[in-house]
Amino acid sequence: MSQSLAEKFYFYMKLGRELELRAKEEYMKGNIGGFLHLDIGQEAVSVGAVLGFGKGDLFCPYREHVLALARGMDPKLIMAELFGKVTGVSKGKGGSMHLYEPKLDFYGGNAIVGAHLSHAVGAAYARKLMGEKAGVLAIFGDGATNGGSFFEAINLAVVWKVPVLFLCENNFYAIGTRIDRVSAFRDTYMKAKDYMPYLQVDGMDVFQVYEAVQEAKKHIENYGSPFYIEALTYRYEGHSMADKGDYRSPKEIETYKKKDPIENLKAKAIKMGWLTENWIRTTDEAIERVIEEAVQFAISSSEPDLDELYKDIYCGVCSDVVS
Amino acid sequence: MLYRDAINLALDHAMESDGRVVILGEDVGFYGGNYKVTDGLYSKYSERRVIDTPIAENSIVGTAIGMAMCGLRPVAEIMTANFSMLAMDQIVNNMAKLRYMSGGKIALPLVVRMPQGVGKQLAAQHSQSLEHMFASIPGLYVFCSSDSTSAYYTTLYAIKLDDPVILLEHVLLYPMDFEFREVKNFNPFNARVLREGEDVTIISYLKMTQDVLKACEWLERDGISCEVIDLLSLRPIDFEAIYSSVRKTKRLVLVYEAPKSLGFGAEVSARVSEELFYFLDAPPLRVAGEEVPIPYNRKLELASIPTPEKIYKQIREWGERHGL
Repeated sequence: MSQSLAEKFYFYMKLGRELELRAKEEYMKGNIGGFLHLDIGQEAVSVGAVLGFGKGDLFCPYREHVLALARGMDPKLIMAELFGKVTGVSKGKGGSMHLYEPKLDFYGGNAIVGAHLSHAVGAAYARKLMGEKAGVLAIFGDGATNGGSFFEAINLAVVWKVPVLFLCENNFYAIGTRIDRVSAFRDTYMKAKDYMPYLQVDGMDVFQVYEAVQEAKKHIENYGSPFYIEALTYRYEGHSMADKGDYRSPKEIETYKKKDPIENLKAKAIKMGWLTENWIRTTDEAIERVIEEAVQFAISSSEPDLDELYKDIYCGVCSDVVS
Repeated sequence: MLYRDAINLALDHAMESDGRVVILGEDVGFYGGNYKVTDGLYSKYSERRVIDTPIAENSIVGTAIGMAMCGLRPVAEIMTANFSMLAMDQIVNNMAKLRYMSGGKIALPLVVRMPQGVGKQLAAQHSQSLEHMFASIPGLYVFCSSDSTSAYYTTLYAIKLDDPVILLEHVLLYPMDFEFREVKNFNPFNARVLREGEDVTIISYLKMTQDVLKACEWLERDGISCEVIDLLSLRPIDFEAIYSSVRKTKRLVLVYEAPKSLGFGAEVSARVSEELFYFLDAPPLRVAGEEVPIPYNRKLELASIPTPEKIYKQIREWGERHGL
């Protein structure tokens, strides 16, 4: 594992963690409203998956700040979106759950559990028809694997033979309901293993996620068919800011915090000589500045004009008049 | 030209002129479509562009959305509007909203076609008119057609539009034969005046327009001059065309197959009341479906929806009460 890779992992995971901790603060102050779902504890999955996947369309659930950052979305545009400002990546009309940037092949941010899985399959079909080889990455939580959209999507991906990597971040809870109370299997790959090849990885270890995703990416692009990865992970916070998360014992939360993905990476990378204390300090300071700039940008940005209410509903353009 | 052939021709022309147009749905390919609308396209354009899907409506629309996001112009067929209820998450929460939620970054050039309405003894789960559900959702266009000419042009227009369109067809129109007329600069946002008249404005769409035209022959024989307006879009509705006709006739009748309450009739009569209250010589009349699930028995089935005879009779009775 190279030094530059360890640096990238650390940078994006730490950037994600700090951006979300700041978002939490701004939410408490009333600068951010609505639902805010934090990825804290799950950063190794988000960063390992996006960096490991490389090029290709990305379809995400509503817990997508860190995924967007790892894909290269400007933290300023994310923070401004959380603040509901017109400078936000979705002009303040989407909010936390709806970050989109087609220029980065980043297609949301979908807040209906499992709805984006069929979008990913359709996107892969379109790319294939147009002669492109790049695969598509669909990320979802364990909660999605109990719904019809999930089974429809994995079935179609196999039938249509399209290169989709289905990546499940299994954090064991669908909001407040523990997986074994609502799912036939605690291991979600059990539901996909007869459809496609799969791997289960420790989602608290960014190296494991990264390597598994790289391997899966090669597979889907070489064979033009889907692959399933389950990353076992944990969110430290509640489901959203509206949820205290107290349906889990403090002991359980502490157990996972001891496996913190950022601390783990730090310890391993220092031991291996990939990162130095000095580099980490400099990077932390740089991240602090980036976050502060993002917040200042969001604060100083304008609210959308009232006429924005009626914009972006339709393109209203007919490619050419039918005559 | 048969109504179904007109749609087939529009799909064929769209696919021929634009390689990004694909069709997907249950039985649309190898089988040729359950109403034969896509017949022949599979062999002409291959299974890559005329795509057979499993019975999974939510994912038919969902995959079509993904295709539209990434460069294609898909036309999804839902076998009947009844089954579109299984796709409502994709239609309402995704198709209608992705453009807005992304601040205009995601465009969805996507058409979802489906037949609706009462056929012949298909019973309650195969006989509904659900246009109000779609037409009440901002972010969708809802087009419909009442004959072969409008079917051809609305279909072609919907495919060329860069926005998501629900394209409603009617099960009983498919085998019907209509004269095809060429139209220059077709625009579905403009309602069509199918018959000019002085005494009453009758507004309808889909198959009910044909029933209205029949009823009008009898009304004309009784000396009642009817202006018939056929809507090709239910979202948005061409209110200007309606207002301008009602300003002339001073009387408004709305004919539709769906249950009377909480739908097209309520919306249009409310708008006309708001805009033209003092122009009206009579309260608006709604000739519409009964508030019942559609029954299997043919006698009961016919009693549940408007027919040319009922349209005629109800307009006569209403007319007599209001000086017509």
